[in-house]
Amino acid sequence: MATSHFPFLTVLVLVPAVGAAVVALIPTSLVAKHFHEAIGALVAVFTLILAVVIAGQFKTGFGGYQLLSDHVWAKDLGIHWSLGIDGISLFLVLMTALLFPLAIIGAHSHRDPRAFVAWVLVMESACMGSFVSLDLVFFFLFFELTLVPSYFLIAGWGYANRGYAAIKFFIYTFAGSAFLLVGILAVAFLHRSQTGVLTFELPALMHTHLSGTEGVLLFLAFTAAFAVKAPLFPFHTWSPDAYAEAPTAGAVLLAAVMAKLGTYGIIRFDLNLFPQATRTLAPLLLTLAVIGIIYGALVACAQRDMKRLLAYSSLAGIGFIVLGTFALNSQGLTGGVLQMVNHGLIIATLFILVGWIYERRKTWQVSGLKGLQKPAPLMAGCFTVAMMASIGVPGLNGFVGEFLVLIGTFLSHRWWAVVGIVGIIVAAIYLLWAYQQVFQGEPTPEDTAKTRDLSITEKLVIAPLIVAIVFLGVFPKPVLDRITPSVNQLVIHVDQVTHTPVPSSLYPTATPSHRVPVGLDAAVPSHHVGHLAAPTPGGNP
Amino acid sequence: MTSALTGLLASAAPTIHTPHVDYLSILPMIIMFGGAVLLMIVSSLFRKILGVGVGTLVASVTAVAALVAALFQWDHVLTHGPSVTIAGAIAYDGFDVFIQIVVSIAVLLTALIGDGYLRREDVEGPEFHVLALLSASGAMMMGAANDLIVIFLGLEIMSIALYVLAAFNHKRAESGEAALKYFVLGAFSSAIFVYGIALTYGATGSSNLPQIADYLSKNVIANNGVLLGGLALLLIGFGFKIAAVPFHMWSPDVYQGSPSPIAGFMAAVAKAGAFAALLRVFVSSFGTVRTDWQPVVWGLAVLSLILGAVVALMQKDIKRMMAYSSINHVGFILLGVYAATTRGVSAALYYLFTYMFLTIGSFAVITVMARSGDSGHQISDYRGLARRQPVLALCFAVLLLGQAGVPFTTGFLAKFGVVGAAVVVHSYALATVAMVSAAIAAFFYLRVAVTMYSPVGEVADPVDATDVGSAPTPPAPNGASAGTVTDGVASLQVLTDAPPSDWVTERGVVFVPTLTRVAIGITVAFTVVFGIIPEPILDFAHQATLLFT
Repeated sequence: MATSHFPFLTVLVLVPAVGAAVVALIPTSLVAKHFHEAIGALVAVFTLILAVVIAGQFKTGFGGYQLLSDHVWAKDLGIHWSLGIDGISLFLVLMTALLFPLAIIGAHSHRDPRAFVAWVLVMESACMGSFVSLDLVFFFLFFELTLVPSYFLIAGWGYANRGYAAIKFFIYTFAGSAFLLVGILAVAFLHRSQTGVLTFELPALMHTHLSGTEGVLLFLAFTAAFAVKAPLFPFHTWSPDAYAEAPTAGAVLLAAVMAKLGTYGIIRFDLNLFPQATRTLAPLLLTLAVIGIIYGALVACAQRDMKRLLAYSSLAGIGFIVLGTFALNSQGLTGGVLQMVNHGLIIATLFILVGWIYERRKTWQVSGLKGLQKPAPLMAGCFTVAMMASIGVPGLNGFVGEFLVLIGTFLSHRWWAVVGIVGIIVAAIYLLWAYQQVFQGEPTPEDTAKTRDLSITEKLVIAPLIVAIVFLGVFPKPVLDRITPSVNQLVIHVDQVTHTPVPSSLYPTATPSHRVPVGLDAAVPSHHVGHLAAPTPGGNP
Repeated sequence: MTSALTGLLASAAPTIHTPHVDYLSILPMIIMFGGAVLLMIVSSLFRKILGVGVGTLVASVTAVAALVAALFQWDHVLTHGPSVTIAGAIAYDGFDVFIQIVVSIAVLLTALIGDGYLRREDVEGPEFHVLALLSASGAMMMGAANDLIVIFLGLEIMSIALYVLAAFNHKRAESGEAALKYFVLGAFSSAIFVYGIALTYGATGSSNLPQIADYLSKNVIANNGVLLGGLALLLIGFGFKIAAVPFHMWSPDVYQGSPSPIAGFMAAVAKAGAFAALLRVFVSSFGTVRTDWQPVVWGLAVLSLILGAVVALMQKDIKRMMAYSSINHVGFILLGVYAATTRGVSAALYYLFTYMFLTIGSFAVITVMARSGDSGHQISDYRGLARRQPVLALCFAVLLLGQAGVPFTTGFLAKFGVVGAAVVVHSYALATVAMVSAAIAAFFYLRVAVTMYSPVGEVADPVDATDVGSAPTPPAPNGASAGTVTDGVASLQVLTDAPPSDWVTERGVVFVPTLTRVAIGITVAFTVVFGIIPEPILDFAHQATLLFT
């Protein structure tokens, strides 16, 4: 495995944390007005540069973990500071690194910026830590640590019903994690009883032998936490409240980044640790995902509040990610991973835009908004791009991800894919409806006066997002080239473990085409993944 | 001091063959006891001349001396291994020394906090420190005891001093009520405990812990009703002392009524002593019959976890909330007892050690927040604290988050350890209940934290939360700044250590005495530093269990 001399990932996790401490310790009275935001933005931008450097260091075509660092943290408990990155986490890290500076610059709070920026940076550190931790305990630590800043961001800077939303959010997610910790401990100690070594490192634990029941129970324990975090239907009820009441930056970070911790956790831990249980329970998870897609889309249709509408559309988006994941083949998983990044970018753009609309018009009610297109054409344009991407229009990133997800699902679980497609159609209905209501029509003169178009700062914030959305839609190859080897390695692992004991009757719709021969080593020969290039749309939608 | 004691012993019992006494093995206890006696004598001789500072000084020096002695003991145990002494009545092992260290630090912190309290409440007098030292020597004896009778001795020394301490603030009626309640229930539970000893003795023929273990490992008692009765009564006795549900009834009232520093002391020291004895008796002596008692401990743990967390949610008085939260903590520590493995014992010790800092630190904040009269204990009194005294609020937030088990505080690893111990013995249900209760508990800790960060006059509006996770600043011991409301860092509002006349300024800023600040700083620093670098303390707790007789 590739080891680096410079601990890039450790620095990546620590920089925002140190930045948070610095920001928190500088008294407001001593510095100029926007000093804290400036420091926070600098730290976040520096983190982004670091993430880009990491992406540059990343070796393409290699499926294992890279840039590893491993130090003993608590010897007696077998906990290691073990970090690594692979194709699955690389783009999540990049997306996180991109969204945080944008959130600080584009959606900062006017009230007590010092604490606000400090909390946002703590959150960035925790999210980064979750994405690059290979030690289950550290993953759990960071996974939990995201709760504290999220809680304070919602409760401190949220809107009318923030107290209720923050507490509901905290209790739901914390209760979910209770099962996760017990599950982590159980896996580690089962592993110890088999090998005599107490460790929480994923690469070691993924070879733990689990009986069918053990696997299923542990899978459920892990998935409870991830399903709440994602959120997956029916564990989503905290999310509309939390997203709606959170400040703009909070909603962006919750929906775009923190939600991905859940789906990332499923891919990284459920599939690696419990392949057999994953196969056994895949129909259940696929069903929940499809219900989420349809239910989210239908409820979104009924929303009159833009933020709630986006919250439910987010539920549908997460459904697609989970659908691709539990297709358990190369296409589906690649699509799922890509869709995590896509969904993060799209939902962040939409939430930021809706936040700016609120700044101008002080409402999220669709009925209270009309004809924004006229005074703010640029804003309308950006909204259109993000909305189209969300619907899955070819040429934008959402299409690539959803297409791969649906292909993968179609290959292994045909009917789920068919129902899932309905969700895309409904998404088109409610998003276009919302667009019509909000942006089109004839605005009153006083509304027009209140509504200015994007400022310079806002343009700078929205531009990277739009560029990323278009770029990933037109030319996803560099991203897919890096995701695919890791995904293939994961698919091989799942297949190897589940190959023999799975009764084929469980999978009436599964085609054998996605099965890769047993015994391949980590580096998958390119001809096994070559067919992946075919379904991508390339540059000609 | 020691020679006088030996002389006394020798003259009192000339004909009885006295066993060999390894004085180093009981040195911390002797120091605590000696410090108490010395302070009592000195203060009665020079009552008029000496102020409250002398008592604090003597108590602190005694605690530090006991701590140093315990560190020497630790070194000795590491090199020479565990042993028993004084005719097998005292165990001299890592476990014992660990408890001595925990108790010594607790006494030191309580002495520092108690100083300001005594001055503020104007109940100056050395008795506070004398009783605390005596009580601590009892707790230390419980940690060292290798015989049920000695455990009882330690239990009584500890408890009787605590009964008086609970009533210490004679100006508050609640204080007396609390003491009476504590005394009646405590005496009752002691009686039950003694009965348990008697039955155990009847069943096994010995009160010596290794002999009991030896007997039980070599014999299978066909008709074990007497043994089970003894076990049950011992467990009830311990259950009262550690305040496990359903034997917890006294603790909210007593915590609420006792002087605040004493409530912290009680939570830390009484639990350390009682858990030490509980672990030693049940895990090592009754380890062979663990299947008989484990289900009961399971039940106690589940009830304590759930009831502690749920009832704490409904409290409006912060001391009652802390009492229920401590019941929840007891549930967690019982997980380690339930596991009855080396891992479980080590996790329980680690929990006790870190909990000692968390609870004493929290009660230190509660003490200063109570203002003159020790009565401002409504959670609503904490509203806006962050604006008035950001450092104090930040410290309290760190201590509360630590108790909630937030990552990168010692509290997380404590919970992690005991839950892990339960998982090892395949007690998944118990582990899950514990984690769910931690989720509930997190809520009421957060509620206080949010209240502190809400401005006065607004309901549940946690504005301007500062960064708690990464920037704990212990209060500057000599923060010489007349802080303004806008000044973020230095508004402890103290120019010298001379308090304002009523200990509260017109803006509601409470006065925090320097010694209390030092104590809070120590507890916060410990919680954060060893939350990030856990290895030393984990290793310490682990070694303590390896060196188990």
